[in-house]
Amino acid sequence: MPDSLNAWQLIISGDAALYAIVRLSLAVSLSAVAIAVVVGLPLGAILALTQFRGRVALMVLLNCFMGLPPVVVGLTVFLLLSRSGPLGVLGILFTPLAMVIAQALLVVPIIAALTRQTVEDLWREYRDELTAMNVGPAGRMATLLWDSRFSLITALLAGFGRAAAEVGTVMIVGGNINGFTRTMTTTITLETSKGNLPLAMGLGLILIALILVINAAVWAVRAWSEQRAG
Amino acid sequence: MQDLSSDLPLTFQNVALCAGATKILDRLSLAITPGAPTFIVGPNGSGKTSLLRLCMGLVAPSEGSVRWGGREAVGPGRLAMLFQRPVMLRRSVAANVNYGLKQAGLPRSLRKARMEEALARVGLLELADRPARRLSGGEQQRVALARALAREPELLLLDEPTANLDPAAARGLEEMVLMAAQSGVKIVMASHDLGQVRRLAGEVMFLVRGRLCERAGAADFFDRPSTPEAAAFIRGDLVI
Repeated sequence: MPDSLNAWQLIISGDAALYAIVRLSLAVSLSAVAIAVVVGLPLGAILALTQFRGRVALMVLLNCFMGLPPVVVGLTVFLLLSRSGPLGVLGILFTPLAMVIAQALLVVPIIAALTRQTVEDLWREYRDELTAMNVGPAGRMATLLWDSRFSLITALLAGFGRAAAEVGTVMIVGGNINGFTRTMTTTITLETSKGNLPLAMGLGLILIALILVINAAVWAVRAWSEQRAG
Repeated sequence: MQDLSSDLPLTFQNVALCAGATKILDRLSLAITPGAPTFIVGPNGSGKTSLLRLCMGLVAPSEGSVRWGGREAVGPGRLAMLFQRPVMLRRSVAANVNYGLKQAGLPRSLRKARMEEALARVGLLELADRPARRLSGGEQQRVALARALAREPELLLLDEPTANLDPAAARGLEEMVLMAAQSGVKIVMASHDLGQVRRLAGEVMFLVRGRLCERAGAADFFDRPSTPEAAAFIRGDLVI
């Protein structure tokens, strides 16, 4: 990507390298959120509905992990995936897959912790009625998750925000390789350190615009479906 | 021979229910058998709700035993309960009734007809596709009644279901409860509205401070109460 051009010119000219960066950023963050949803929703619901030893400790840990520094997660995943690490044989360090895994680790605690809170609050309201209807543990979980779907969307957006905004993990486990693992945030970091501030700024604006569009779309869907389901 | 699938008679033997150091219910021995509606009356805090929750199996007694048709566990789908504030799931009216039917184990192919019949019974068929949470309090309580009756319960427990309704909505619900009773569902209902008790009750259980103070046919209870507490309650005096 030529440094002399600013970001707007790149967008207008349909620069292939820029679009590849935007695409990769979105693909990595959205995949990470998808994985985190599959893991985080059931985890949060289980924490909300079951009593077991160490439950409180796990809840405190989850809440604490919501604020986990991305660079530390990146470093941990880096050590696990590096050639000499326990998962080195997979050979996925410095690939988009490694970035997805690292970001998913950042997002799971957010989604799980917010799900737990939401489901637990709703369970207080539903408990008698569901018990009276003879609903089993699995049915309870499914019902409560489904009925808190509108609140859970907020958890999802919070998770996506965290993934899309962070630079520490993708930099460490992705390596910022041009044309392969370079994302918007790593490009911004790189261009800023090179002194190419207009391009960095332009990319920053694109990133913010994308996050805004996704949030607006999700809210529109939420408002529409809430209108229908009450 | 005992009908194994029946939850009646529902018997309490020396039942007590404690919350911490306070006894909410104490030394209750009674049997609920098929027949005319049984009303549980008494001042606030006398244990009406707790008694119904024990009947439903939502709480276990601290002392004594509760048995359903001789068994120590509640039979699936034979009991239903209406709460003071109905919980509407965040779905359509029809989906709320269907949900209850699914939990009762009714095959999918039979649910639609049964759901429509139940909603028609409470006069809400035309609202079937509306979000249940958008309905008025009275309509929500009728959805809850439809959801309960669709399961074809043997015993329907109602915890002051009209307490939050205006008189017209309350009378509407009363009529539906009466119809259910006439179709053979045993009704056990808590109420502090003596007019309602007079209109619907076949027999009355009068609770004071967690004890069964008097149990009598409705006419006897109102005309010839045998305890001073019951007489005072019917007059509208304070019962302490």
